[in-house]
Amino acid sequence: MTEPAAEAAAQAAAARFAPGDRVRTRALDPDRHTRLPRYARGCTGRIVAVTGTWPLADDVARRRAEPDVEPRVEPVYTVAFAARELWGEGDHEVTLDLWQSYLEPHGKAAS
Amino acid sequence: MSGTHTGNPVAARVRRLEERLIEQGLVTDDELDAVLSAVLDGASPLNGARVVAHAWCDAGFRERLLADANAALPELGLSMAGGLQEQRLKVVANTPERHNVLVCTLCSCYPVALLGPSPSWYKSEAYRSRVVREPRAVLTEFGLDVPGGQEITVWDSSAESRYMVLPQRPDGTGELSEDELAQLVTREGLIGTAAV
Repeated sequence: MTEPAAEAAAQAAAARFAPGDRVRTRALDPDRHTRLPRYARGCTGRIVAVTGTWPLADDVARRRAEPDVEPRVEPVYTVAFAARELWGEGDHEVTLDLWQSYLEPHGKAAS
Repeated sequence: MSGTHTGNPVAARVRRLEERLIEQGLVTDDELDAVLSAVLDGASPLNGARVVAHAWCDAGFRERLLADANAALPELGLSMAGGLQEQRLKVVANTPERHNVLVCTLCSCYPVALLGPSPSWYKSEAYRSRVVREPRAVLTEFGLDVPGGQEITVWDSSAESRYMVLPQRPDGTGELSEDELAQLVTREGLIGTAAV
């Protein structure tokens, strides 16, 4: 591991979710850049994989306007959503790579 | 190179942006060309085709590729490190039960090193907005009828993660060499909008 990568990993938030966990995406509509697409906000999905840790794209995009903001480093998860959950119809599945702060635990009530 | 992509409206907008940056002294054409060359030199769907053909012929490689594509690519002299940072690659395998198709709904993320420059439709708003919502209908328009019993997964890419589809090996190809198999694999097959 290179030094900056090791440093980033050391600073990174601990992984809060594991494959198989049910999660819900936050329904926020921020007035700045976010990598959580609108179509997947406030939706319930399933963690497929933890893909590593990356600087939060939302913070990275703010750096020029707010140089003091140090991008948070967070685990990124591949999350699968049923089409019916996203669109109210359809029999396929859509997977997205999402940062940890986009997600909250979703209880056993998930279908 | 950076000054020559002005043949369509998006390219013209990109060029205007480049010119603003050059005027401000933030970058030069030569620097832009150096970055583009680093990304594009050797980038071709032939690379993805070689990966697929090797995975069809070597079960161990297939397993390593699906488990950690970034670690497996160097076995064929390939890597995802050509850009500004190494991109994570995940290879998703088509099976009789599941068909995979790629998109980037937020922009146009795509594994250029393995698939070459992306087709214009991949960047179109129509493809990006429709394939996540009605993939079966979109694939039918591409001429690919996914059987009703075969489930579909749409992989929405991001700047940090890229995907490539590992198509199913066609029937009746047992006699073909790895090089001959690679010739069967198309860019559309690697995106998931066509069978191989």
